[in-house]
Amino acid sequence: MAVVFSKTKMLTDAPLHYCPGCTHGIIHRLAAEVLEELGVGDRTIGVAPVGCAVFAYNYFNCDMHEASHGRAPAVATGIKRSLPDRCVFTYQGDGDLASIGTAEIVHACTRGEKFTTIFVNNAIYGMTGGQMAPTTLPGQVTTTSPYGRDVNHCGYPVKVCEMLSTLDGAYYIARVSVDSVKNVINAKKCIKKAFEYQLAGKGFTMVEVLSSCPTNWGLTPVEALKWVREKMIPYYPLGTFKDKGAEEK
Amino acid sequence: MEKHLMKGAEAIAEAAVLAGCRQFFGYPITPQNQIPEYMSKRMPQVGGCFLQAESEVAAINMVYGAAGSGARVMTSSSSPGISLKQEGISYIACAELPCVIVNIVRGGPGLGGIQPAQSDYFQCTKGGGHGDYRLLVLAPDSVQEAVDFTYMAFDLADKYRNPVLILGDGMIGQMMEPVVMPEAKTEFPEKPWAATGRSGSGRRIINSLYIDPAELEQVNLRLMHKYEQMAKAEARCEEYMTDDADIIIAAYGTTARIAKKSIKELRAKGIKAGLLRPITLWPFPSETFARAAQRAKCILTVEMSCGQMVEDVRLAVNGRIPVEFYGRVGGMIPSWREIMDNAEKTLKGGKE
Repeated sequence: MAVVFSKTKMLTDAPLHYCPGCTHGIIHRLAAEVLEELGVGDRTIGVAPVGCAVFAYNYFNCDMHEASHGRAPAVATGIKRSLPDRCVFTYQGDGDLASIGTAEIVHACTRGEKFTTIFVNNAIYGMTGGQMAPTTLPGQVTTTSPYGRDVNHCGYPVKVCEMLSTLDGAYYIARVSVDSVKNVINAKKCIKKAFEYQLAGKGFTMVEVLSSCPTNWGLTPVEALKWVREKMIPYYPLGTFKDKGAEEK
Repeated sequence: MEKHLMKGAEAIAEAAVLAGCRQFFGYPITPQNQIPEYMSKRMPQVGGCFLQAESEVAAINMVYGAAGSGARVMTSSSSPGISLKQEGISYIACAELPCVIVNIVRGGPGLGGIQPAQSDYFQCTKGGGHGDYRLLVLAPDSVQEAVDFTYMAFDLADKYRNPVLILGDGMIGQMMEPVVMPEAKTEFPEKPWAATGRSGSGRRIINSLYIDPAELEQVNLRLMHKYEQMAKAEARCEEYMTDDADIIIAAYGTTARIAKKSIKELRAKGIKAGLLRPITLWPFPSETFARAAQRAKCILTVEMSCGQMVEDVRLAVNGRIPVEFYGRVGGMIPSWREIMDNAEKTLKGGKE
């Protein structure tokens, strides 16, 4: 019998703990497939965050390092500086990267650290039960913004790609979504490009992936993907914000 | 032996380089800036990496990453900066990674001051960060010891897969003394546990998360067992004129050096005084103190703090003899005369 599909070897057989309809699983698979396609699985070190993806070290089939909340870019810096010929990535959520870890991501980016960050933005704190995130949309109801996020009270969402792309150390910054087949395919292309740039010894690379959280948004998986399309993408436009590789051509 | 006149902070940095340290991550803070400054010059010369982090928080997490990759790595800071590093130190301790941390202590609490102090004793020896863990804490009393202990710290860290902290007050960091430098190390232990991205023998995970309480309990017990081994093997203490001493002065670091002068003056007056100087603050040399308490009449603990190590002295002595305390704080340094006067007072109040 012809084998038409097999799971990437860069994911372990551990069952994912993510909620039904959550797109973390897709994002894991895309990053893992890229690592396999690039043939770097045996020289990759991943850094897991604190948040929904805290157990990522159980899923990515490579050496992994579990960081404290928000510090993955600093940990990845220490790894990459010690082992410059390895492939290093961080996998971080929005609370981790855009709130408690803003200093670490901004400075890793501006130093042009040669690792890749997969930034999963689902506009909420998932693991802790649905609190307001730095990326929660204006008016969005969460357990700590029960009347909807009031920007006059707690300010505006952080647009990470827009912010980081202003830094000279950023080599490749893109925002993608995994709400449709077309977008999933594009997301993988962008993730691959980011890793390729890293392996070529270029600067800091990051792909922000808009992700769904049916559980904490109180929506069905299908409704959640619709919410990504109708609410998140207009606020967080998809696209490439920085591509020094393309500029240099 | 060739002697070099060096400032404590720079001597510590050079000793680390000779011990094979090739990764240094730090953030400026007075009074230890000569360590990162020296490293920024020296690391490129030896093929290492000096990186000035955006904060102490980031610096210790860079140490976490580098230590997990198997590097010989160090960071240095001073009191307020060490407070910021505590989260990372707790993770490093749980993940059982070797690294060396230097704390050139200044007066606190808060922003405090920039003059020498010993007020971080609790923080450094009792945890500092969250959870049950211990650091091996070495307290030099001279620039030479600062060199020797830094050099040794990397091996101890590797041996126990545990962070080692060099606790020097601002005086140790800033004064200049002649030192003999050790040979550059060329052989280092294998680190098969390091997450280096090597293929072949299975995946390595550097981690401090154990969501199953039964599993975390086992981790805690394993750590506790390791700390017990360290306590048995590594406690170090200098005994100075204690054989016939009626009064023992307990002091470490700079304070111990000043106390030696007080002891000479006391002896000149016919008072039998001696010094116990803990070299490891954790493990605390409790047995040495318990033994000394069998023949001495009393102990005066002298610190540049409001009384921190004195608690460990009292625990070790366990009520057998009186333990008094004298301290200067805020960056003020006790004089030999103050220590001598307080020793005499202690002796008068102690048992005859």
